[in-house]
Amino acid sequence: MEQKEYQSINKSVRKKDAMQLLLGKPVYVDDVVPGKPLVVKLLRSPHANAIVQEIRCETAKKVPGVVDIFTWEDVPSNRFTIAGQTYPEPSPYDRLIIDRHVRFSGDVVAIIAAETEKAALKAMKLIKVSYQVLDAVLDFRTAKDNPVLVHPEEDWFPPCEVGGSNKRNLVASDVSSHGDVEAVMASCDVVIDNTYHTKAFNQAMMETFRTYTELDRYGRLHVISSTQIVFHCRRILSRALGIPKSQIRVEKPRIGGGFGAKQSAVCEVYPAFVTMKTGRPAELVYSREESQIAGSPRHEMEIHVRLGANKDGRIRALDLYTLSNTGAYGEHGPTTVGLSGHKSIPLYSSGLEAYRFGYDVVYTNLQAAGAYRGYGATQGIFAVESAVNELAEKLGIDPTVIRDQNMVKEGMTMPAYYNETASACALDRCMEHCRKMFHWEEKYPVRDMGNGKVRAAGVAMAMQGSGIANVDVGSATIKLSEDGTYNLLIGAADMGTGCDTILAQMAAECLDCRVEDVAVFGADTDASPYDSGSYASSTTYVTGKAVEKACGEMKKKICAVAAQMLDCDAGELLFEGKQVRRLGTEQSVSLTDIAYRTQVCSTESATVTGTHSSPVSPPPFMVGMVEIELDKLTGQVTVLDYMAVVDCGTPINPALARIQAEGGIVQGIGHTLMENVTYNSNGRPMESSFMQYKLPTRLDMGKLHVEFENSYEPTGPFGAKSIGEIVINTPAPALAHAIYRATGVWHRELPITPEQIALSLPE
Amino acid sequence: MTMEIKLKLNGKILCGQIEPDCLLIDFLREHGCYSVKRGCETSNCGLCTVLMDGKPVLSCSILAARADGRDVQTLEGLQAEAEDFVGFIADQGAEQCGFCNPGFVMNTIALLRENPDPTDDEIRAFLAGNLCRCSGYEGQLRGIRNYLNSRKG
Repeated sequence: MEQKEYQSINKSVRKKDAMQLLLGKPVYVDDVVPGKPLVVKLLRSPHANAIVQEIRCETAKKVPGVVDIFTWEDVPSNRFTIAGQTYPEPSPYDRLIIDRHVRFSGDVVAIIAAETEKAALKAMKLIKVSYQVLDAVLDFRTAKDNPVLVHPEEDWFPPCEVGGSNKRNLVASDVSSHGDVEAVMASCDVVIDNTYHTKAFNQAMMETFRTYTELDRYGRLHVISSTQIVFHCRRILSRALGIPKSQIRVEKPRIGGGFGAKQSAVCEVYPAFVTMKTGRPAELVYSREESQIAGSPRHEMEIHVRLGANKDGRIRALDLYTLSNTGAYGEHGPTTVGLSGHKSIPLYSSGLEAYRFGYDVVYTNLQAAGAYRGYGATQGIFAVESAVNELAEKLGIDPTVIRDQNMVKEGMTMPAYYNETASACALDRCMEHCRKMFHWEEKYPVRDMGNGKVRAAGVAMAMQGSGIANVDVGSATIKLSEDGTYNLLIGAADMGTGCDTILAQMAAECLDCRVEDVAVFGADTDASPYDSGSYASSTTYVTGKAVEKACGEMKKKICAVAAQMLDCDAGELLFEGKQVRRLGTEQSVSLTDIAYRTQVCSTESATVTGTHSSPVSPPPFMVGMVEIELDKLTGQVTVLDYMAVVDCGTPINPALARIQAEGGIVQGIGHTLMENVTYNSNGRPMESSFMQYKLPTRLDMGKLHVEFENSYEPTGPFGAKSIGEIVINTPAPALAHAIYRATGVWHRELPITPEQIALSLPE
Repeated sequence: MTMEIKLKLNGKILCGQIEPDCLLIDFLREHGCYSVKRGCETSNCGLCTVLMDGKPVLSCSILAARADGRDVQTLEGLQAEAEDFVGFIADQGAEQCGFCNPGFVMNTIALLRENPDPTDDEIRAFLAGNLCRCSGYEGQLRGIRNYLNSRKG
């Protein structure tokens, strides 16, 4: 492992925007919108599956202040996807801006543009719609080959072949395997065979979906949106609206959280359509209810696991089948499901003789799912890690020891992870470190507190990826200024995670300057170099490498100019941060002079763009352990301590890495213990506000403690992998394990609420 | 139909014409107080916390008319008091996306005015109504704790 002393890397520097954010400066979409744009509101279907037979807007349009109302008759007929993915997208083109066929309770029926919110809401009540209500597919277990089709339309179009067919309610389907699963399974001493169910959890970022649009000084569509994907968003708008990309500019200001929700263009098309139709600035701000019922939540999945092992605990075969519910539209459906197997099975690469992983992704008449931190791995890891815990308990082997025995280790090939090699893997050290820190030996035994409460512990491991191998593209442009400072332009979107800062740390390290000397700008399709966007745990690993490349080229360029100025060969020069010196002499030129030189009679610009893509996606690894106190009378679970050790390669900024881990763990605790998703008879989520959808508060998460075991990823910038997503994956299996320890009952469906626990206990 | 209110906003007397159903949060944002954020519509998230006569209130759940004759403060008016401690939270990276920051900073100001030396549990309890989806809360607590320790010298 490489251990270097860095100047800016592996340092907990403050986020560049920290003080602006903490002091409440106006930096988000709704703060920076100029003047009074048209207020855009959406009339939504009350039915899960229906055809709009007649829609009458005459009365509504007469409301003073209403500028226009648009229905299915007004929009282009080009189907598109709102999934923010690299073209050609694996997600099917199955949407129109407004479709006459509404496919979930909450689907858009009309777009209202008005001078005020009041006028828009008044008009909404006056639109008369008659629906032909159709039977709906509300149970995803019955969706495949159901006679009721969610997408019967002939122009349904998958840009990639992913095994789907709209005539079967199937978005994607596949099976992959290695070795003979059935034969190995048959020779195992023990087979754990269970089904696990996770729900359509909401990202619940504090800033709901929102977009502002206007025509700019050149008459182009200028979009200011809370998005993780400015370039994909431009492409999506171009297709949906039928206008060239040269006529669209998408930028993001600061973003109030995303977690993947804003990796889909959930709301951008509506105000954009209004601006194109009316020529006027328009803004759409989703209410919390809209974000809850018409957003882009996690894919509900049911995962059938068969795990074969020997009595000594050796895990020999894993067989997974995932049924994934993409809801009414297919955004991220074909891709999230893959992670449920490909990012859970490889954890046990050590002695695994065979695996099989099959899946179906189905349409239903429920809210469409999207991308959410963890992206399918979270669901798969809940299933596989729970099965491993069940195995350990069944065999009477310490569940941390059974993992020592079977876990992937550095240098191993991972057949279920596209045969990639674990080139940097400290999972074994994470386990050892966490066991000590947590005092596993003391906490694993169940302790009856004598007051109706029991204390117990649980454990889980996790992995994720770092970017999408052979797909994601990161770019960075670095510019030298006259005073020897730099501008770093990126197309990745800092959604609060701090990527602007960590990319500046990398630039500062490369260019031997202070982090303050690197001004970061991102992201804007007019100004930023192309980047796939901030998702798939890609920014540190992929865009970071692009920064490294760009800075390397910048140094060469600086030296080339200096060579002209000193009239020598560039090979004789040494880059020293503030100046360039001729080796073995005192001759030097300052960065300032070099920068000015490029501005006078120069054919050399002081600008470099670096671009990177990776053929591999090195997994970060993690171990999480939780201690709970469970009230046997009420079923209430109190999280006492959550401890975790993460291997993210080199943490570029340990403070920010720690916050990522802590935040991810608390989201995971929320999904496991309190955030529920249930539906009314029309398939509309009951938990449509924070009154019902219970996010963890400061009182619900116990004490967190996160530490790191560094590995060094040779293909990453400064040895870094990723951290953003993996951290959400351990709480569900670890908590389900602890609850089993406390009660003797395995809960295989999330969330595990006090009611469910209490009802599961013997009288 | 409008009505007139007169209040003190961040130390300045302000007269405003409002509709009777105007919420305080919308009135404040209309008057340039962009720090005040809406995170829910159900009084659950704490993002819109402001001080009214020195007490923390949820501006999404109060009619602007109720501010008539009162003294309202937003983060725009309490920059110096906030700067005193928010740097410690920045050192933890616990501001994250920042959208919840103004609300919880306002409530922390209220806490520290009421209880200048709170325990960790008192901090958790006082700020329990301020949701944050990014940070996992622990870093915010560490920041406030470091600030309190620094004051003790």
